[in-house]
Amino acid sequence: MSAPDLAQFDEMHAPDGSVRQAYTDYQRWLAEQDSTWMRRKGAEAESFFRRTGITFNVYGEADGEERLIPFDMIPRILTGGEWRRLSRGIEQRVRALNAFMHDLYHRQEIIRAGRLPERLFRDNRAWLPEMVGFTPPGGVYTHIVGIDLVRTGPDEFLVLEDNARTPSGVSYMLENRETMMAMFPELFSRVKVQPVSNYPRMLAKSLAACAPQGSAEVPTVAVLTPGIYNSAYFEHAFLADQMGAELVEGSDLRVVEGRVQMRTTQGFQPIDVLYRRVDDDFLDPLTFNPHSVLGVPGIMDVYRAGRITIANAPGTGVADDKAIYAFMPEIVEFYTGEKPLLGNVQTWRCADPDSLKYVLERLGELVVKEVHGSGGYGMLIGPAASKREIAAFRDKLLANPANYIAQPTLALSTVPIFTHQGLAPRHVDLRPFVLVSPAGIEITPGGLTRVALRKGSLVVNSSQGGGTKDSWVLDD
Amino acid sequence: MLGRVANGIFWMYRYLERAENTARLLAAGHRMSLTRGQEAATEEWRSVLTTLGLLQAYTSHHEGFGGAQVCDFVLRGKGNELNVLSMFERARFNARTCRSAITLEVWEAVNEGWMTLRDLLARPVRDASLGTALAAIRRESTIARGATHGSMMRNEIYSFARAGTFLERADNTARILDVKYYLLLPSLAYVGTALDTAQWDNVLRSLSGERAYRWLNAGRMDARSIADFVILDARFPRSLAFCYATMRENLAALARLHGHEGPAHELMRSADQQLTGKTIDEIFDLGLHQFLGQFIVRNQAVSDAIAEQYRFTV
Repeated sequence: MSAPDLAQFDEMHAPDGSVRQAYTDYQRWLAEQDSTWMRRKGAEAESFFRRTGITFNVYGEADGEERLIPFDMIPRILTGGEWRRLSRGIEQRVRALNAFMHDLYHRQEIIRAGRLPERLFRDNRAWLPEMVGFTPPGGVYTHIVGIDLVRTGPDEFLVLEDNARTPSGVSYMLENRETMMAMFPELFSRVKVQPVSNYPRMLAKSLAACAPQGSAEVPTVAVLTPGIYNSAYFEHAFLADQMGAELVEGSDLRVVEGRVQMRTTQGFQPIDVLYRRVDDDFLDPLTFNPHSVLGVPGIMDVYRAGRITIANAPGTGVADDKAIYAFMPEIVEFYTGEKPLLGNVQTWRCADPDSLKYVLERLGELVVKEVHGSGGYGMLIGPAASKREIAAFRDKLLANPANYIAQPTLALSTVPIFTHQGLAPRHVDLRPFVLVSPAGIEITPGGLTRVALRKGSLVVNSSQGGGTKDSWVLDD
Repeated sequence: MLGRVANGIFWMYRYLERAENTARLLAAGHRMSLTRGQEAATEEWRSVLTTLGLLQAYTSHHEGFGGAQVCDFVLRGKGNELNVLSMFERARFNARTCRSAITLEVWEAVNEGWMTLRDLLARPVRDASLGTALAAIRRESTIARGATHGSMMRNEIYSFARAGTFLERADNTARILDVKYYLLLPSLAYVGTALDTAQWDNVLRSLSGERAYRWLNAGRMDARSIADFVILDARFPRSLAFCYATMRENLAALARLHGHEGPAHELMRSADQQLTGKTIDEIFDLGLHQFLGQFIVRNQAVSDAIAEQYRFTV
């Protein structure tokens, strides 16, 4: 899947071949390195990851139980100035998301004001009637948010997706930095980069600050994982370990005396804050999917009684599907009273007959995605698709238009990767990680850069051959 | 700590210990088979398989008792569900499920150990490669134990790790001694013969105790003093007395931490009395085979009681 003939913005090199400001110091260092030595370093990185066990599991692949996400050792670099502008936009967007969630489950002012059609969330599978009229502890819905950004020019950053359920990837952000520092220690003494390593500490603090009233002074925080076979298990274990929190599975938990408690060697002990990495649907078999063994029977009753914090709150998925996404500029303006600092990618909702007509006429140019899809599955990239693929997709689209949105094929920015033939530009995106608590909003400088390793490819998802890079924000 | 995690840690260390002891047993068997005739070699491999409880499984898959074939079955055999490679796999699986309860050093030791053995045991074991594989198994287990010793907090987690290690070791030592004594040495005609001496030497080698024993008993090599050494000498780290002293210590640490003892402590105490309260003469009067049989059963009962008391599964 590639998008030819697009004038793309390369973040390291200007069209005249000169190196952009963010990369000057790095380029100076790189020029001094021996290329054979650099190649050897690349191989070293892989064994480093294997040893520490940073693997991800791919669904539906028998032999692919543990795979590594390819790591590229050329960092993706933003200047401090670029980051400051960016983080203001992110903060604004996250504040709006949280206010939007509260409004949707309470007075629904935005619908009364006629700014958002009611059916958009009424038909939404992620909408939870159980959350209506309930305010989570501290008023926080989206404790951890990942905002996926793409860049199309020097100052043009656009939001591609809001991840308001359980965004993953933060462990790669942290381990990529550790790996880079282990591989190139002298580089970090030459170029000053803002650290990311306090994310787990901030996460622990942020979660503790959201504990329900009546919790102990030091609240008990636990990470709920679906278990070792989940694709992000490494991350769940990693975060629990780094936070000093228990890593629990559904089978460890039970509702005892009105609290969610975990089975310890000394009997059941209550949990105050549950950072769950289990989807809403599996959270409580008494309320949602009755066959789930990943959750805790009765946890929703405890939650609604205000005796546990669930992060992120159930029902936040309603804010991050692709149909709502199209309204995000409106939503930001409605709740913050400000113009959105970060733009959206233009989006056509195929549920709308005029948009559908427009999209059908231009299937060969557009990217069409499922509203509830993720991971780069089930999408059409028009410019890269064959006539037959487009025809097949047209049928799917016509059968259920409301299930799709379309976006223009963007000229995503590129950053070089290291290849045996030298540096080569590849498309990237960026997922910064945002923490929300009553004490405020914290954004770790940088985030996770995902990179499409195949030449010309626009798909950065790890499940589809994407890799990652260390993402730097310069301390300038 | 979580009961599930205590269970995972306990068994992770049991598997690591069992893998190491199995490798030691095979190495001693291999040496024996090389230095004796064909018949003695076959007997030796039969006794190794009996010790490991694998004789039936082996004979239903194989004919003959070639050293490489037996070792291949024990180390990586498809018809042997709990082969040494799968012990390491299970240990690593547990290390992953308990990742936040162990240090990075321990995780890396177990993960790298598994990667090394997976590569070494990717192909059938031959006589020429056997030594390398067996040495690697012992080395990787040793590294994991060393990482545990050098990097883990002395807390509840550590106590379960140690309890698992020494419970398993006591079981393995008792089995090795029992099989050698019961199966190979009942005939008085053997006593004092070259074969007899070699067999006892082999018991000691299976426990890495030959040098220590020789040092203590210059020149002597008889059943009673070897049994005394392997069962009751609390200075020897693979003796039953040593294993139980360490288990006592760790169960006591758990009781201090939790503020009370439980059924596991009671069982442990009575098992300990049956062991260290006896002299070697009393043990022989009772019958060594009977004594060891009872010990293995009591040892298992202690394991079950620990699992129940500390809510491993429910």
